[in-house]
Amino acid sequence: MDSITTAASVVAAGLAVGLGAIGPGIGQGSAAQGAVEGIARQPEAEGKIRGTLLLSFAFMESLTIYGLVVALVLLFANPFAG
Amino acid sequence: MDSLPFVLPFAELEVGQHLYWQIGNLRIHGQVFMTSWLLIGALLALVVTGTKKMERDPKGVQNLLEFLWDYIRDLARTQIGEKVYRDWMPFIGTLFLFIFVSNWGGALVPWRLIKLPSGELGAPTADINTTVALALLVSLSYFYAGLSNKGLRYFEYYVHPTPIMLPFKIVEDFTKPLSLSFRLFGNILADELVVAVLVFLVPLVLPVPVMFLGLFTSAIQALIFATLAAYYIGEAVEEHH
Repeated sequence: MDSITTAASVVAAGLAVGLGAIGPGIGQGSAAQGAVEGIARQPEAEGKIRGTLLLSFAFMESLTIYGLVVALVLLFANPFAG
Repeated sequence: MDSLPFVLPFAELEVGQHLYWQIGNLRIHGQVFMTSWLLIGALLALVVTGTKKMERDPKGVQNLLEFLWDYIRDLARTQIGEKVYRDWMPFIGTLFLFIFVSNWGGALVPWRLIKLPSGELGAPTADINTTVALALLVSLSYFYAGLSNKGLRYFEYYVHPTPIMLPFKIVEDFTKPLSLSFRLFGNILADELVVAVLVFLVPLVLPVPVMFLGLFTSAIQALIFATLAAYYIGEAVEEHH
């Protein structure tokens, strides 16, 4: 693999995770906000809210994980490596 | 790939290196088979010992198994619905238990002590082939569930609110297994990588909380996989009015 492909792959791997983290970050923030408001309004529902919150966190997190998978493919199994 | 060697001295992080077994024209990843057979064996042994001498007042392993059974039944019943959940409970339960045991077995069992000529032992679910196989099984089973319960009326689901939804629903059939498999694979591999990188940077104490976080997320991923599989099956057998 020539150096330009290596450089481009490494930069793209960084961007894939970094940009992919923005959206889920915002999403998790607003989900946590909703959960905190819910608990403040109805403290007895905390257990149920926490379970749902963690499950939905995992869904949001998987979006970043897709970016991570792309980054890992670029680093370890690059299809353009000559 | 030679130009990006990523073999760390302490952690011996080896991504993309496998112990290949050649069977006919197939080249399979041997280390995945070894770990998954071992873990399936352990799971089977647990279930057999727990159900061998069953008592009216459950104790020990039997108690644990009954708790798991209740848990899986609740999961299947809420997602699939009262009518057909019994047919799909074994499938959902097997998926959940296999993924859970693979994730935790990969993290808790000290596989590093066993040296392989190439690659290393780890969670079977950290290999994309395992997760794709599981996700395709889920796809097949929700088609089967829909077709066997509703016959050709199953395809009404594709045009259900309006026919405009048809292309989206068709694309969904392809994205469902894709997202299921990538989610599981990425999460488990990411856990292993984060722990390996931290062990490489700070070999003492610091990786321990991250390992616990990894155990937590991998348990949640097993739950998510089973929940989504049950949800897809439930969506396929649901009656529209």
